[in-house]
Amino acid sequence: MTPKRILMQGNEACVEGAIAAGMRFFAGYPITPSTEIAERCAQRLPQVGGRFIQMEDELASMAAVLGASVTGVKAMTATSGPGFSLKQENIGYGCLAEIPCVIVDVQRSGPSTGLPTSPSQGDYMQARWGTHGDHPVIALSPSSVQETYRLVIRAFNLSEKYRTPVIFLMDEIVGHMREGVTLPDPRELIINKRHISYHDGANKQCYAVPEGEYVPAMKPFGQGERYNITGLAHDVSGFPTNNNQIAGALYTRLMEKIDRNLDDIVRVEEHMLDDADTAVVCFGGTARAAMSAVQQARAEGMKVGLFRPITVWPFPEAHLRARLPGLKRILMVEHNYGQMLLEVQRSAADRVPVSFLGRVDGTVIPPDDILRKLREMEGNAHAK
Amino acid sequence: MRYEMRFSGSGGQGVILASVIVAEAAVAAGLEAVQSQSYGPEARGGMCRAETVLSRERIWFSKVTRPNFLLALTQEALDRYAPDLAEDAVVMIDDALTVPKGLDKRQVLALPILATARDKVGKLMTANIVAVGAVNRALGLFDQQALHEGVRLHIPAGTEELNWKALDAGAALVTDEQAAAFARPLE
Amino acid sequence: MPSELVHKYLRIDHLPHIWCAGCGNGIIMRDVAVALQELIDDPEVPVSRDKTVVVSGIGCSSRAAGYLDFDSIHTTHGRAIAFATGIKFARPDLEVIVLTGDGDCSAIGGNHLIHAARRNIGLTVVTFNNDIYGMTGGQYSPTTPTGDKATTAPYGNLDRPFDIAQLAAGAGATFTARGSAYHARETTELIKQGILHKGFSLIDVYSVCPTYYGRKNGRGGPVEMLQWQKEHMVPAATYYAMSEEARRDKTLVGVLTHTENPEYTEQYAALVERVRAQSGK
Repeated sequence: MTPKRILMQGNEACVEGAIAAGMRFFAGYPITPSTEIAERCAQRLPQVGGRFIQMEDELASMAAVLGASVTGVKAMTATSGPGFSLKQENIGYGCLAEIPCVIVDVQRSGPSTGLPTSPSQGDYMQARWGTHGDHPVIALSPSSVQETYRLVIRAFNLSEKYRTPVIFLMDEIVGHMREGVTLPDPRELIINKRHISYHDGANKQCYAVPEGEYVPAMKPFGQGERYNITGLAHDVSGFPTNNNQIAGALYTRLMEKIDRNLDDIVRVEEHMLDDADTAVVCFGGTARAAMSAVQQARAEGMKVGLFRPITVWPFPEAHLRARLPGLKRILMVEHNYGQMLLEVQRSAADRVPVSFLGRVDGTVIPPDDILRKLREMEGNAHAK
Repeated sequence: MRYEMRFSGSGGQGVILASVIVAEAAVAAGLEAVQSQSYGPEARGGMCRAETVLSRERIWFSKVTRPNFLLALTQEALDRYAPDLAEDAVVMIDDALTVPKGLDKRQVLALPILATARDKVGKLMTANIVAVGAVNRALGLFDQQALHEGVRLHIPAGTEELNWKALDAGAALVTDEQAAAFARPLE
Repeated sequence: MPSELVHKYLRIDHLPHIWCAGCGNGIIMRDVAVALQELIDDPEVPVSRDKTVVVSGIGCSSRAAGYLDFDSIHTTHGRAIAFATGIKFARPDLEVIVLTGDGDCSAIGGNHLIHAARRNIGLTVVTFNNDIYGMTGGQYSPTTPTGDKATTAPYGNLDRPFDIAQLAAGAGATFTARGSAYHARETTELIKQGILHKGFSLIDVYSVCPTYYGRKNGRGGPVEMLQWQKEHMVPAATYYAMSEEARRDKTLVGVLTHTENPEYTEQYAALVERVRAQSGK
């Protein structure tokens, strides 16, 4: 029997994917445009033996998620910009203490309370640098409801594999849209289980990693392990240290566990780039308008392709660099004032000029605007 | 081809659900569909807008910019959205509304949607389902099985009969001549 | 020679602790260890060492979690109760003990305190209440008495202080009690009662901070400060036998409130059972 296609909202698909990934704990606080995620979790988790709790604030929901995760449960929270700001404190704790979890940020428009129900991609840099201090980050961004389902599973898999919080960077466009999805047979899905290990007697080196590896196996609470977790710089036994050498080695390992596994972590989608002289770089819900514009531009004879980072942090620098030799120009389209633009410019260095099309008024970027910009760029090139 | 539909009225009239049902029926019929809506205070008593894009191919851009179809259940919604329409757009309105200047009356299908829900179906809150029945009949979108599937997935269990009645009452508002004139089979 | 208790329940390789000489925190930590030891050793009581988790926030008090040889998590400032809520809700079979301070739990973490109390989730919170921020060097806290001095109140504190136990009780905590560093045996018993209580328990234990609070406010050294507790804090049996007149300048050491109400994780388990029975139909 072929799986049935049904209409589903992006936020709902996020919950269904998370449940398929094994998420059984959700703590959250109501905030538009992510609220449907909490609502569906409240309904669905008891049905599958999971647990939902609405906490007193965003800080507490992030803390509760980390608390649940240390007991061995896959846990998630969801929020939007104002709540994402509040969660940063404990996201940093999760990075340092290496506690897997998924944080969904359904981005909305503007700083502060902004435009609560309008689309934006203004949290791109916050996803990378929101919490203080140098720390590793993985962030994934879906551009369709179907992809939301699959990609949130990947978010959990990466989170478990690398023992780190993963940011699932949605936006209002994808979170609130409904479209047809086909839910895969759960048996087809690849689900990473947590790497659990138990101590060998008295040697409680719970953060020790074998030579050449970067991720320590995790020991759940409540199993007689009796070990310590702290947000202070710690040694391999998990206890605070002021030894600069040990602290430095810890911070370096945290960065390297991501940096040395980029091939495994980074994913992009590329359309019509092989013969293209122009690449449109775009991610998330906005990439849908970009793809429409690319198709129209092709119909007009322009050699345009789409480069869509799916892993938005770490930025797919190597993938973009590999495309540079064939390109004459790049257009970065994003729903903000120019954030991923900085990464694209850095990756393109001075080899390919980068133009920018952004928007910050809370309305979507329509394909016509992108097409107009592409024509203008091509026209300028011919005029030279 | 892309077919852009906008459903508008005031909050509480169920125009969002109408757009969801049309999208769900499209998926049931094997088409591509994307639905979205305006959120916030607008959806709670003020003007309310929801959109569905239909296509036989993958839909990339998800929003409606030049609607091929407009449903308006209030004068405010009609006046606001009439100017943005595509050239051969079909406009379905409640017949209590006044067609604004600049909108070609031949494009407009004015039907007693609210009165039918209130008097014939017996519940004003079924106006959105009456509208869906009328839209489907006028544009010739889906067969009954797909349409019923679209409705069934979005209504409380036990209210099926009431909703089938509303769908039928909506369809009955559209004459054969009107159905022939307004048919927009999806290319 | 370390005692048997220290050997068994403290992580001796991480001692000596960071607290100043004369600090009351070590006594309170010992009270917690003794309470746990006695419950673990009691075959009638379902408290087990492997199913006990100690959670703390940030501050002098919160270092205690690292010295106790259980599963322990030293979290972010103010968030210990929120982390603990996640642990308890995910694994209701665990005994979750929160060690916190007056600033950690009633200033930056005040919201989590009142809401955990309101939910009546089965945590046992022990506050090491020393009326001052010690770790950062002596700033006034929400429990610093009005008029007292601190590095950020050089002319005297204007704020009115919280009574943390009353605050928790007002928010719905079903077990609240007051202990003191001086009254070690009584405090240990109160912590045991708190752990055995089904629902949210808070034991507000007055500590002493001779280094900052004592010095800033002319309260003398550790001996004088503990002497003050001996003279002004009175165990329940004696306290209730005293005349109202005699009680006027005394503080009760004992149970303040104790009521029975449904515990949060048990209610949720019942909800899950109900939902699954319905969806199984």
